[in-house]
Amino acid sequence: MLRSTPVSDDRTTTDFDLLGHPEDLVQLLTPTGERVADPAYDEWVSDVSDEQLASLYEDMVVARRLDTEATALQRQGQLGLWPPLLGQEAAQIGSARVLRSDDFVFSSYRENGVAYVRGADLTDMVRVWRGVGHSGWNPYEIGMATPAVIIGAQTLHATGYAIGCKHDGVDSVAITYFGDGATSQGDVNEAMVFAASFKAPVVFFCQNNQWAISEPVGLQAARPIADRAPGFGIPSMRVDGNDVLAVMAVTRVALDRARRGEGPTFIEAVTYRMGPHTTSDDPSRYVDPEVEAAWAAKDPIIRLQRLLESNGLFTDELQASVTAKADAVAREMRDGCHSLDAPEALTVFDHVYTTPHSGLERQKSQYAAYLAGFEGSAS
Amino acid sequence: MTQLSLSAAINSGLRRALADDPKVVLLGEDIGKLGGVFRVTDGLQNEFGPERVIDTPLAEAGIMGTAVGLAFRGYRPVVEIQFDGFIYPAFDQIVAQVAKLHYRTGGNVKMPITIRVPYGGAIGAVEHHSESPEAYFAHTAGLRVVSCSNPQDAHTMIRQAISSDDPVLFFEPKRRYWVKGEVSEDISGAPSMESAHVVHEGTDVTLAAYGPLVITARDAALAAAEEGISVEVIDLRSLSPVDFATVEASVRKTGRLVITHEAQQSGGLGAEVAASITERCFFYLEAAPARVTGFDVPYPAAKLEEHFLPDLDRILDAVDRVMGRQNSLTGWSA
Repeated sequence: MLRSTPVSDDRTTTDFDLLGHPEDLVQLLTPTGERVADPAYDEWVSDVSDEQLASLYEDMVVARRLDTEATALQRQGQLGLWPPLLGQEAAQIGSARVLRSDDFVFSSYRENGVAYVRGADLTDMVRVWRGVGHSGWNPYEIGMATPAVIIGAQTLHATGYAIGCKHDGVDSVAITYFGDGATSQGDVNEAMVFAASFKAPVVFFCQNNQWAISEPVGLQAARPIADRAPGFGIPSMRVDGNDVLAVMAVTRVALDRARRGEGPTFIEAVTYRMGPHTTSDDPSRYVDPEVEAAWAAKDPIIRLQRLLESNGLFTDELQASVTAKADAVAREMRDGCHSLDAPEALTVFDHVYTTPHSGLERQKSQYAAYLAGFEGSAS
Repeated sequence: MTQLSLSAAINSGLRRALADDPKVVLLGEDIGKLGGVFRVTDGLQNEFGPERVIDTPLAEAGIMGTAVGLAFRGYRPVVEIQFDGFIYPAFDQIVAQVAKLHYRTGGNVKMPITIRVPYGGAIGAVEHHSESPEAYFAHTAGLRVVSCSNPQDAHTMIRQAISSDDPVLFFEPKRRYWVKGEVSEDISGAPSMESAHVVHEGTDVTLAAYGPLVITARDAALAAAEEGISVEVIDLRSLSPVDFATVEASVRKTGRLVITHEAQQSGGLGAEVAASITERCFFYLEAAPARVTGFDVPYPAAKLEEHFLPDLDRILDAVDRVMGRQNSLTGWSA
């Protein structure tokens, strides 16, 4: 089920200069959970109710829990690989929650928090990582493409999709998620050229988690990544990616611009990858523990918890219900994972083409005949 | 029926596709006002508007990647790659995305993208403007690859390619753009673009060609006939899949096979056809299949291309070889 908190009234974009000062970091919630005023962005989250705050908290806890569960499943040999999102919960939940069902997500492989918000089935979420398929969910059912593994390729897909939305005369928006490493790819830069030239309703959502496997962001960009987009003619915002309210605000600004025909917006969500690149990675070879500790102090979930506490919202009931939900999600994912068996042999030939290809049909029938020769086979 | 050049026949095919299906959009560099560097899209932007016939920024990966997104949205993009040698920046999007998305999404997302590629040499061009990269794509699972050789096929096959729900690489023999022929726009009874055609019947040697060399192959057959050798010419038309049944039926009759293409030899279509036909009808073969292809060198400078490109005499030399006659490999003195 889609978990959506689209903007609730028809405010107009505050007329501030997004091309001018992308180096300023938008922050509405300090690491200690203190709500700070921002005249430009406050109105974009002024409608967020206590209930919604609690539900954002729940989603972030659930995202962390399903991520931890999948990591455990990998360690237990149930998954071949998993790309943890630990530390990036606010960036993912805050941005995904403000999307509408008719918007479309083009992500990389780390956006499982986004997939959860879009309503992805938890079994589908581990299908790829268990090695039983190259995709989980049907993209058209949840408005989210099969995640791209080739770094940055999906930014072009989002741009093309957005051009299609514009041609169709609808106000749906494409949003693409990618990392700081991807910004070095030609595809990402070409996507920004195309998006700007065609004024495509696309949101470039860069999670700068400081690392591309072992390479620090400084190797990808000599200046803040958000600085790059204005050179393409794309307004840009730099946001505290561990601040769920600020992420919601900037994403709503970007979506609003896109819906009103003002074209693409670039968001750099400054966050930190608290885990390895994937379960195969060993960050101890390259991460400075002091830096990591400093980022741990900016944890996105604790930050929102502090706000809830100060508002008197962090009740025993809330804690109990969130824990129950996270447990249920983890259980569902674990059971779903265990239920996924290797597909039938001949399905290796399925869906290469939409209609039969004579060359492939011949290979399939010959392999079927080969398999049929084994003892105990049906034929 | 109208007399049309091959390029005008593609143009009329594109026009029909645009008129028949509002989801068809054309993307490429200089395809709008200019009508493409070969004028294949001439007049189409004027007729269908800049939102259907889209001049894009100069970035092939960008064109291909946005086409993928448009396909996600339900569009049927027709992409023009300006020249064969310019396709490589788009290679990743074609091979990693266009070719695989239907497979990796378990059939949920279709990629009905047609990629038009003017290809081949013999036009005296500078480097990167005369290449034949079809084998890369015929090697890639998930793509269909075709090449037309005459105006009617050009018209019919571009429309069939666009209506295919699979991605199609459509290789246009650029040196034959100006060849004229009768073209009917009624293609309702036309054979599938994936069928090979016998374009000249014969009994001694099967000569398989596609794209720009079909005309050369037919000329070679006429020349061979003067020496009493009956050559059957097959226009393969489709390179993925290859219509091996048609080639096989011919080879069972002739017992000999020559394959010709402009592309370099190693790992090329000639190797695939020779291997597959040998597997299918080894005991019908009177001689080892022979390939007449470009050499395994980068496409050479214009003043050397006549040495690179297969021509009538090199084809006849291979015909002599499979016929057991004196040829360049046996030497001439005997």
